[in-house]
Amino acid sequence: MKYSKLEENLVELIRFTSTVLPPDVENAMKTAWRRELKGSPAKGAFKTILESVDISNLCSLPVCQDTGALVWYIHYPDGSELIPVEKAIKSAIRKATDESYLRPNSVDPVTGENPGNNLGNGSPTIHFIPWKKKSWEFNLLLKGGGSENVGAQYRLPDVALNAGRDLDGVYKCVLDAVYQAQGQGCAPGIICVCIGGSRDSGMAGAKLQALRKLDDTNPDTVLDKFEKKLFRDLNKLGIGPMGFGGKTTVLGVKVGKQHRLPASYFVSIAYVCWAMRRATMTLSGDRVKYSN
Amino acid sequence: MININLPTDEKAIRSLKIGDEVHLNGVIVTARDAAHKYMVTEMPDDLKPLLKGTVIYHCGPIVRKVDEKWEMVVAGPTTSIREEPYEADVIKMYGVRGIIGKGGMGRKTLHACEDYGAVYFHATGGAAAKLAESMIEVLDVKKLEFGTPEAFWVIRVRDFPCIVTMDSHGGSLHEKIDAESKKVLEKLVK
Repeated sequence: MKYSKLEENLVELIRFTSTVLPPDVENAMKTAWRRELKGSPAKGAFKTILESVDISNLCSLPVCQDTGALVWYIHYPDGSELIPVEKAIKSAIRKATDESYLRPNSVDPVTGENPGNNLGNGSPTIHFIPWKKKSWEFNLLLKGGGSENVGAQYRLPDVALNAGRDLDGVYKCVLDAVYQAQGQGCAPGIICVCIGGSRDSGMAGAKLQALRKLDDTNPDTVLDKFEKKLFRDLNKLGIGPMGFGGKTTVLGVKVGKQHRLPASYFVSIAYVCWAMRRATMTLSGDRVKYSN
Repeated sequence: MININLPTDEKAIRSLKIGDEVHLNGVIVTARDAAHKYMVTEMPDDLKPLLKGTVIYHCGPIVRKVDEKWEMVVAGPTTSIREEPYEADVIKMYGVRGIIGKGGMGRKTLHACEDYGAVYFHATGGAAAKLAESMIEVLDVKKLEFGTPEAFWVIRVRDFPCIVTMDSHGGSLHEKIDAESKKVLEKLVK
């Protein structure tokens, strides 16, 4: 890989991720808009959102002012040098912040200082995943803070929810989390769930589900059926866009699983706001491709 | 569509009911987490004349400086509930007539809206590019040392679109939707 142009390509990936809503999400928002009653606050909210998404796309402006935390999932050819890649990512982030594609979003929790460049302890988060291909794949997720705040992690059994250690228990957790969130996480959300794992791997696993397209099929048939049931029932809650009330409370539900310890049964839920920002850049030889 | 010119007065605010669609015109001031803590604990004098009769916008914008002048790049609302511990005091101490934000606020703020004559205007979360179009001029910035998302931005707006979701008569769309969705939830998990 030629590292010299990488930084420039990464700035473009950040710009693209921040300013263009993925087409599957935009289509789901359009469908939701059509379903709402004429003159209702829900219909108005969808209209405003779709207009704003258009402006962002046309004028290269961030879809949301909260450009979130940068989470990277990078597939690399086994044996590659990674330190220069990490360096290029950091300097691309600095540049994209200067160009207003990102808001200065990293704050020291003790001193309150904002370095103004989106860098700091744990920022960005980079997952490097080796694979046998010769090409590189950079997946970027910009995860907003408002929706991050309404994410949740449950430990089963949960007496208050009457939730045991099975799919019915998981179902109760997901319904509770979306009810608790109301409109706070910029509904309609995309609900990303991981069943099992540990406290940290479960949450990371839930967030990983955000890379899936809304209209894909879960290869695990049990989980696929479970996702469809959750999608149908969550939309019965009537919370609607922004919590105004309405027919669409969630745009999608994605569920994965991880093996757990006998003693632990976690249900981790990452709530992604409607402004899902994810995109992919693939590098193979001299060719660069951006998609979302 | 109802037009509200800022600064406004108690009578105009008391006439608003939940569900009303409103265009705001005039000067608004952004304030979020650090700013709310500062307003309540430090009680700075210079903010009082600025905030009296106007509205606070829960927003951490993306801004840029063009020829020594600040401009709003995109600026949608942030989640308001984080300011619940402070907002009732802010309404009382500074005489603000409204809050713009998203997601709604709790009982304490709702009571302050009733007691002092203020409302909650809901702006569309994430519609950051469209909302920035109605922000025609940045007049001033205070406490920039909090960082650009957390500073007080004094902005002139034209036809800023929002909807009243908490009024000064105890009405809250958020409480209504919460109660209705809770009933559905209880049936589903039975």
